Amino acid sequence: MTAYLLKRLAIAIATLVLASMVVFAVLEILPGDPARLMLGMNASADQVELLRNQMGLNAPLAWRYLHWAGGLLSLDLGRSYTYSVPVIDLVRERLAVSLPLALIALALSTIIAIPVGLFSASRRGRVGDTISMGAAQLGVAVPNFWFALMLIYVFAVWLRLVPAGGFPGWSAGIWPALKSLLLPAVALALPQAAILARVTRSALIEVLNEDYIRTARAKGLPYRAVLWRHALRNAMIPVLTILGLQFAFLLAGTIIIENVFYLPGLGRLVFQAITQRDLIVVESVVMLLVAAVIAVNLLVDLSYAIVDPRLRSRQ
Amino acid sequence: MSLLDIQNLSLAIGDTQILRDVELSVAPGEVMGLVGESGSGKSMTALTVMRLLPYAARATGRVAFDGIDILAATEDQMCALRGDDIGMVFQEPMTALNPVKTIGEQVAEGIRWHTKASRAEAEDRARKMLDRVGLPEAKFPMSRYPHELSGGQRQRVVIAIACALKPKLLIADEPTTALDVVLQAQILDLLRDLVAESRMGLLLISHDLAVVTEMADRITILRRGEVMEAGDTARTLSEQFHPYTRQLAQASMHVPARARPHGVETGHPLLRVEGVTRDYPGRRMSLFRRAPGIRAVDDVSLSMAPGQSVALVGRSGCGKSTLARMILALDRPTSGTIRFRGETITGKSEAELKPARRDMQVVFQDPYGSFDPRQKVEKLVAEPLHVLERKPTRAGRREMVAHALHEVGLDQRDMDKYPHEFSGGQRQRLSIARAIITRPKLVVADEPVSALDVSIRAQILDLFAELNQKLGIAYLFITHDLTVARAITDEVLVMHDGKIVERGKTSEVLDHPQSEAAKALVTAAPDLHRAIARRMQEQG
Repeated sequence: MTAYLLKRLAIAIATLVLASMVVFAVLEILPGDPARLMLGMNASADQVELLRNQMGLNAPLAWRYLHWAGGLLSLDLGRSYTYSVPVIDLVRERLAVSLPLALIALALSTIIAIPVGLFSASRRGRVGDTISMGAAQLGVAVPNFWFALMLIYVFAVWLRLVPAGGFPGWSAGIWPALKSLLLPAVALALPQAAILARVTRSALIEVLNEDYIRTARAKGLPYRAVLWRHALRNAMIPVLTILGLQFAFLLAGTIIIENVFYLPGLGRLVFQAITQRDLIVVESVVMLLVAAVIAVNLLVDLSYAIVDPRLRSRQ
Repeated sequence: MSLLDIQNLSLAIGDTQILRDVELSVAPGEVMGLVGESGSGKSMTALTVMRLLPYAARATGRVAFDGIDILAATEDQMCALRGDDIGMVFQEPMTALNPVKTIGEQVAEGIRWHTKASRAEAEDRARKMLDRVGLPEAKFPMSRYPHELSGGQRQRVVIAIACALKPKLLIADEPTTALDVVLQAQILDLLRDLVAESRMGLLLISHDLAVVTEMADRITILRRGEVMEAGDTARTLSEQFHPYTRQLAQASMHVPARARPHGVETGHPLLRVEGVTRDYPGRRMSLFRRAPGIRAVDDVSLSMAPGQSVALVGRSGCGKSTLARMILALDRPTSGTIRFRGETITGKSEAELKPARRDMQVVFQDPYGSFDPRQKVEKLVAEPLHVLERKPTRAGRREMVAHALHEVGLDQRDMDKYPHEFSGGQRQRLSIARAIITRPKLVVADEPVSALDVSIRAQILDLFAELNQKLGIAYLFITHDLTVARAITDEVLVMHDGKIVERGKTSEVLDHPQSEAAKALVTAAPDLHRAIARRMQEQG
């Protein structure tokens, strides 16, 4: 088990280092001089050169990479060119919206998907299965911003239960903040739940054909008990894989939903930074996401080992 | 009064009739053997008693267990019976246990469910049951997972699950088919003891007449869903009144006619294995430590003459398949050399091996798994032709395939079909056709008939014998089944723990085994003649 852990950890760290190099290199190659952008088109070449020196843009590539990577480690991400505030503050502020949103959406998606998958798999080919998988098909096909608009129309405009958009900040109290995250979380969760339900169903159907399911039935366990106690855990590996991928997506791939609901999230920050060539923000946020994805993958790997003892004893 | 009484049982799945008017009964303490070939409806009969049939199955007739009408019982009633009064053991021990739960959990689960015992009590009873089936605490703590056990040990766990609550009836569906003969004998002994201990009824399902004869008091012979003959085991099998019974008995003792043993010493051996060893590195325990390695094949030497038929017998895990892979140059020995037709084949590149590959082919055990289901027979049988020096034209290829199919008793029109259109026996003929299409000098056959029914097995053995006579192909048969070795080989090599511990003429070694390993194999091997004789003697 320890060997498995250490190996996964080593792989995760190596991936992180490699990713940081790629991110740094790609942004180096991209056209657009940040100093020129900050000073505007009318600035003289001397002024630009001066700023480039101040920002350290003229230093050798390797030195700049090390400087930047060292900064990342000490959480000193530099200052944003456009906002003129430390990047870390920007990121922290946006994460306070994006992380809870992603977690709520992920939880919702799991809570919806697993029971639906179980239900469908246990009634394979019957009416209930056809209906729920039809709904899942719809959930995958319909874009989430359309869901979002429908949700706003019903719950905000019509029933007036929650605000239609905006984020009051956590300082306004937990409940008002949560309330404004609720609709976006549902809009994000539904399509994810649809995918996850389909994966759960097909994984379960495969497991339900295994011999040990028959052994469990021959013990006298009723079908439902067999489903929960024996089938579900064995079907978890593909489900966990998809969950990991979904978390990464939910953290930053939510720009459309953030725009629909006027949420100051990470997705919007990246989008604005890219359009304004605020490379230092882009770099930092991309690295943050890379780190998050690697961390989640590590977690997923560890949970494989918890779910399946065969992975523990293998190297 | 019978414990289980089946009358006029008919079963259909969709439009297919599976069982017709089956009659069968089991009394307490009695062993009833249910025999038949694959597709005869043996397993479906068992699943009907458990009411674990596929969703679309419809059963009619009467199945009474201990006075309860099984076909009319509610699902709740059935759940109360399963695992408590009726236990069941399945064929495939490798997949019958849940891989993510410990063996302790899996044995205790049924006990807790039925008796409402506390976790500690249930675990205590599970522990006792595991001890009883021969998995003592010291070596097999309850925290073991199935993947840490061998096939025979897993089957003991399955038996522990089925017998944990002392069921009145135990149904064992081919409980030993996947095990080697020595393990088979141990598991059968265990079942026999459990029956004697608590006057349990046992419904033993098998395709192997010898196994059933050794175990069963009475026997029911099933064919295509109908009972052919039923009655006292010894009488039924010694009189062989029903033609189908006779056919089954003859098929299971079948020895192909072979004019003369091939492989007279011609000076040059076809195959020479000299001091071959294969080590596998141990599992990595941490970054710096490895478990000790495993020596799968240990200093093995052997030689085969052209046209000779040799059996390599041994228990599962003895290293016989590893040795075969090295002979086929699919794996490299750690040390030692292998010479084929006088040329060294160890350590050669794939390109240099091509001429040797042309002269050696392989037939695998499982005729279902060894064909790509999406390709036509023509392409599948022609696969080995790519090792030929000159690629045949399409017409030439078709002609070669047609010829090979004809030689194995199939029609040349079969080449435009897909594998699923053939029965198990026909598929094994296809894999033989694939093996002989390059006119090899040596065919390595890894358990080529153990997945087949007795009557099909007899036909395939005949085919092997015929091709040996006609084409002069040498065979290396890898098997744990001594009847196969006896039927078709001139010489036998007994392998144990990676070493060859005994070798000699097949009949001599099998009649007068000298080494411990060979003796164990011979005594454990079920033999129909011997079993009938013993039954007759017991009954006077």
